Amino acid sequence: MPLWTLYGLKQGKVSTAWPKSGSDGQAGVLGMPRFDSSKCQSDCQACAESCLPKAITMIDGAETRLAVDYGRCVACQLCVEVCPTGAFTASSDWAFGVRRREDLHWAQAVAAPEGEALKSSIQRFFGRSLHVRHVDAGSCNGCESELQALNNPFYNLHRLGIFFTPSPRFADLLLVTGPVTYAMRGPLLEAFDAIPEPRFVMAIGTCAVSGGTNGGGYACGNGLDGVLPVDIYVPGCPPNPAAIIHALLMLLERSAQRVRAGHVTDGARSA
Amino acid sequence: MMARLEDIALADLRGRCETAVKGGARMQMAYAWFPDRGTVPEIRYLVNAGTTQPLQIWRCRPRTHAVPSLSTIAPLLSWYEREMMDLCGVEFEGHPQPDPLALLPGATAATPPLRPDATGALSYTPERSKLPEITGPMNEDVQILPFGPVRADVVESAQFDFQYVGEGILHYHPQLFFKHRGMEKRFEGLTAELGVVLAERVSAIGSVAHGLAYCRALESAADCTVPPRAQWLRVLLAELERLYNHLHYLGHLCHTTTLKVGEAQGKFLEELAKQINSRVSGSRFLRSLLTPGGIRREPLLAGLDEALGALQEQFLPYAAMLEATTTHLDRLITTGMLSSQLAFDQGATGPIERASGLDRDPRRDQAYAAYPELPLKVAVRHAGDAHARQQVRIEEVAHSIELIQALLRDLPGGSIRLPCRVPAGAEGLGWAESPRGSLYYAVHVDRDGKLGRVKIKSPSFSNWRAFAFTVHDSNMMDYAINEASFGLSIAGCDR
Repeated sequence: MPLWTLYGLKQGKVSTAWPKSGSDGQAGVLGMPRFDSSKCQSDCQACAESCLPKAITMIDGAETRLAVDYGRCVACQLCVEVCPTGAFTASSDWAFGVRRREDLHWAQAVAAPEGEALKSSIQRFFGRSLHVRHVDAGSCNGCESELQALNNPFYNLHRLGIFFTPSPRFADLLLVTGPVTYAMRGPLLEAFDAIPEPRFVMAIGTCAVSGGTNGGGYACGNGLDGVLPVDIYVPGCPPNPAAIIHALLMLLERSAQRVRAGHVTDGARSA
Repeated sequence: MMARLEDIALADLRGRCETAVKGGARMQMAYAWFPDRGTVPEIRYLVNAGTTQPLQIWRCRPRTHAVPSLSTIAPLLSWYEREMMDLCGVEFEGHPQPDPLALLPGATAATPPLRPDATGALSYTPERSKLPEITGPMNEDVQILPFGPVRADVVESAQFDFQYVGEGILHYHPQLFFKHRGMEKRFEGLTAELGVVLAERVSAIGSVAHGLAYCRALESAADCTVPPRAQWLRVLLAELERLYNHLHYLGHLCHTTTLKVGEAQGKFLEELAKQINSRVSGSRFLRSLLTPGGIRREPLLAGLDEALGALQEQFLPYAAMLEATTTHLDRLITTGMLSSQLAFDQGATGPIERASGLDRDPRRDQAYAAYPELPLKVAVRHAGDAHARQQVRIEEVAHSIELIQALLRDLPGGSIRLPCRVPAGAEGLGWAESPRGSLYYAVHVDRDGKLGRVKIKSPSFSNWRAFAFTVHDSNMMDYAINEASFGLSIAGCDR
């Protein structure tokens, strides 16, 4: 009979201490492509035509010809490949959690970050211990795969005082994936109603943020807007575990929002 | 390899099906589509006359009559026929269980959603699932447990209805399709290149298999060639996908048998595999590389051989310990028995059928990509229980690593992509052996060269059907272990 305890001890400690120190585990991951409007040429719409979720759309008559919505981006990298002038470039920008949906829309000028929002009571109440209820509202299972990864020994979410809970009654945060199918809308609302106040909602993945590639059609909604009040939007297809950890810490005001008006503003690479 | 297309008259359909099934054929898939964007459906059956036989397609044009049901001859067709009733409005005469499948009880569509002229959303008033009526002297002792669709832990949405007495399960009904997103309809009107982005998002943990089956369907429609290097790199991606999936499977199986360190190690190895994926492809799910005609860019192969060697070194002792832990094995041996007859008749696929003694694997039997040139081994076990399913997966992990390492040694050079122009009105069939079993894409191109009908058959669609048979007459304590031992996913099944 194998000695699992001994085996476990021999494996040593494999958890990262990220974001305090250590690796985020995302070496090589391609994030949202960066947009440089100065390189965009006037008679081309290759990127918009290759963008399945319509994150890139043409605007008639405007100075910047393109509207870029990272809340719809699935990081498929097709725009990077088809752009003849390098207006879209591959990046490792994956920590795209934001509080306001507008911050996912690209704009030429980035407004100075509004004086850090008044410290709410969230840190006092939940800063050291947050309980999360997840509801799959019709995902492709990619977001679930990454949410499950949060509890693997590498990310070891418990070290941050964040726990998944089976009962919405014990939950502080409702974490939703998927574009919200007709069949999951009711159960999702019931789960939300069962969470005692104060409660928070996080839209995980591009589907939950905007419907992404899968929303709409005869059986689906277009994400959480108009269904539930959203506190944090986390686009990504799927957002990787480090991006989800960043968003959770952001909710708890233990980490700063990095993206404003579609730009990564802190200058630092995510690694 | 192309699939042969044959017209079958409606009157001959049952006879042909009986003859085929008696001769050892398996009906692999059935679907309906609407030629010329009309309202008259055409039914397609995908037939595998024998394990190593090439696939055949039967075409049946019902015109005015309803179609005779084949479910009493080939029971696995029942789900396909019910889906066609829901989504395409086809009537099947003599279907033994003509209940909705892909649409939830209480969901209705004004026009069958997959008909090209259909618009608008479903209307839905939730209703309870239909459960068998239980009669008899002590029937009040039978309890009903509806579990889901929101369940404990981070899991996909589905509702499981149990009718049970004490520990014994009398009847089990998995109510799937809460996640039905109408994915097949979403392909309509897309270009071939954009279709891959969608195919990769039907079931994330099968992104490569979905993308590959889709690309191969288009390549067969376009009759285009894929350069050798791309064929080999496609195998690399497909086997990397198998690796992280099977490692997750073992970790999750340990979770259900409460082997905590085994769970942690399985999930840690899965994480290592996913990190390898992102270094190779830029995506933890190996997305955004496949495209009709080849692959989009070179993966980064530096350090891969060593990383896989290190993974194998950690995996082998871990697997040996799982196979020697009696508390773990006690829960697996004889749990969730699936006989080879049942596995064959109900369409079980992948590691599930191979654990029930069926030596079938499209990578070898209907070989594709670079598999014929590589040292592929197929793992087979005969016990048909949860333990056999673990053993098949363990063996496949070790095989996949060896296969990738052999592939890296002999990888041919050259281009990775050739143009693939799909002619208007063409059609094609593509398949791939995903970590969960065989996956089929049938693609019909419209007259404007855009995608028309895309039919997806995911492995879990087949395995969920077979799974229910192993739950009846088992007990509640074993349910979670049995379910984990099947390694089912829901997103691909529900679409």
